[in-house]
Amino acid sequence: MSGPLESSERPSIEASPVTATPAGTQLGESRSYLPTNWDRYLVRIGALLVAALGWHLASTYGFDFFVRFENVPGPLIVGAEFLAQASSQEFYVHILHSMQRIAMAYGLAVVIGVVLGVMMGRSRFAEDVILPYIEILRPIPAVAWIPLAILMMPSEQSSIVFITFLGALFPIVINTVHGVDQTPKMLVRAARSLGASNAAILWHVVLPGALPSIVAGLAIGMGVAWFSLLAGEIISGQYGIGYFTWSAYTLVEYPKIIIGMLVIGGLGSLCTLLVRKACSPLLRWQTEGAKS
Amino acid sequence: MMTTTRLNRAAVVEHPHSYRPRTVGGKGRISVRDMDIVFATTNGPHLAVEDASLEIQPGEFVSLLGPSGCGKSTLMNSVAGFVKPARGEVLLDGQAVAKPGPDRGMVFQQHSLFPWKTVKQNVAFGPLMAGVSSREADSVASTFLSLVGLSRYANAYPSTLSGGMQQRVGIARALANYPSVLLMDEPFGALDAQTRSMMQENLLEIWSEFKNTVLFVTHDIDEAVFLSDRIVVMSASPGRIIADIPVRLPRPRTQELLTTAAFMVVKRECLALIREQTLRAFEQQNQAS
Repeated sequence: MSGPLESSERPSIEASPVTATPAGTQLGESRSYLPTNWDRYLVRIGALLVAALGWHLASTYGFDFFVRFENVPGPLIVGAEFLAQASSQEFYVHILHSMQRIAMAYGLAVVIGVVLGVMMGRSRFAEDVILPYIEILRPIPAVAWIPLAILMMPSEQSSIVFITFLGALFPIVINTVHGVDQTPKMLVRAARSLGASNAAILWHVVLPGALPSIVAGLAIGMGVAWFSLLAGEIISGQYGIGYFTWSAYTLVEYPKIIIGMLVIGGLGSLCTLLVRKACSPLLRWQTEGAKS
Repeated sequence: MMTTTRLNRAAVVEHPHSYRPRTVGGKGRISVRDMDIVFATTNGPHLAVEDASLEIQPGEFVSLLGPSGCGKSTLMNSVAGFVKPARGEVLLDGQAVAKPGPDRGMVFQQHSLFPWKTVKQNVAFGPLMAGVSSREADSVASTFLSLVGLSRYANAYPSTLSGGMQQRVGIARALANYPSVLLMDEPFGALDAQTRSMMQENLLEIWSEFKNTVLFVTHDIDEAVFLSDRIVVMSASPGRIIADIPVRLPRPRTQELLTTAAFMVVKRECLALIREQTLRAFEQQNQAS
């Protein structure tokens, strides 16, 4: 139905006739996420340094206007404390616990999320069965799950993993459904006329077509997973970087609060980057297409 | 780069491979009998094709010509097995068509290649689905890519190719299953005039090699006359077959044919019919809006 419309919307390749390059000679192969031009890289570092300087000044002179900096340790104190922490074993135990929970919860969410999403995208019945659950559960924030998770789950560990899993699940499901829904009809027809079975169409057409959307969901899911993990770790648990941060507050070890926060931010970004990196070979067709 | 790609006639002969599941010769007879096609729309049922009957011989090149929206693609899709007739039947070599199948290769207007597969993987897809080994499928794909002169681009992704090249990949992909019928839905409609005429000549050369039945949907009269053995003209909606014009121009055909008197005679006949139907289609659209 949307066939002709779709084709008129997409820019014609005819506009640039002989742009094709033979395979293997594509230039600029580096698909790095760091900016390739160093001047921009420097600007970004500079922007962070400006913030650090402002923070330093505000802490040193006890800035106090609506926002109070008198109890906020400056970057130098935090840096010194970070070095101390980095040489203690306990610090890594916290990180390890958090990473473990993320790995378990996220792994589950990816498998279950993609399977549910594909089912919903392919079958109207599956969609009608699953969608109400998604719609009702999705807006509930991770923090709101904590009491019930503690009551329901056999251990503290499993309740934190459960909360983290829920956080990652919904973006993955929603994006997978979206990607599967957008499978071009034309390609399904082409595959069918080439003799493809339903299973082959799923594997060769639907999944690859949905992949850009799924990958976006995976990246968002990773962010939300960290968000949910921290909520779980702050309230319950004995280890984990969230616990580390919150116990620093209760024990009046203020520099550790900031270290905890920065570690969370760093690990969250790192994990999201890893997800994108791991998926990028599967999306090579997109990046190569965009280059010409 | 594009104009130099003559057909590599020797390709199929030079690279023989065991995979030739269907023998094309003598097969590919299409019979459409008393067919109505009805679509459900928000305004109720819409009669897209009315009482169509059509007999196409094996190895015949037939164009379906008509104003846009007349149901010629719909008629072709019923042969492809994508659309079920409300009345009547479609037979391929005496068998009722129930669903799409690799015996009827399809070439679409555009954007029908799998963008995540390389050119070669696209062409190898049909043989793979037919159950041959991936090495065998790979060799079939290489053969057909060289047939359409695109061996150099085997490992490129479709989006890096020009529109004309993409269509050649599409043709190679459809042929890699050795279909007895080739169904082409305005395959050159999105190409510029020069590329289009080159593709038409290429297509005729390929066809002379395979001799399969071709059903070719177009609204371009020159294209229909240049390519076809027969032109089936359809009326404005609902699509009825209103003329069946034989094109008795000698083959092999080249673009010089377009300016000959014999060509003009057939073209004039089509023009008169098409003009009448286009005016009708135009009036229908005006009334509808």
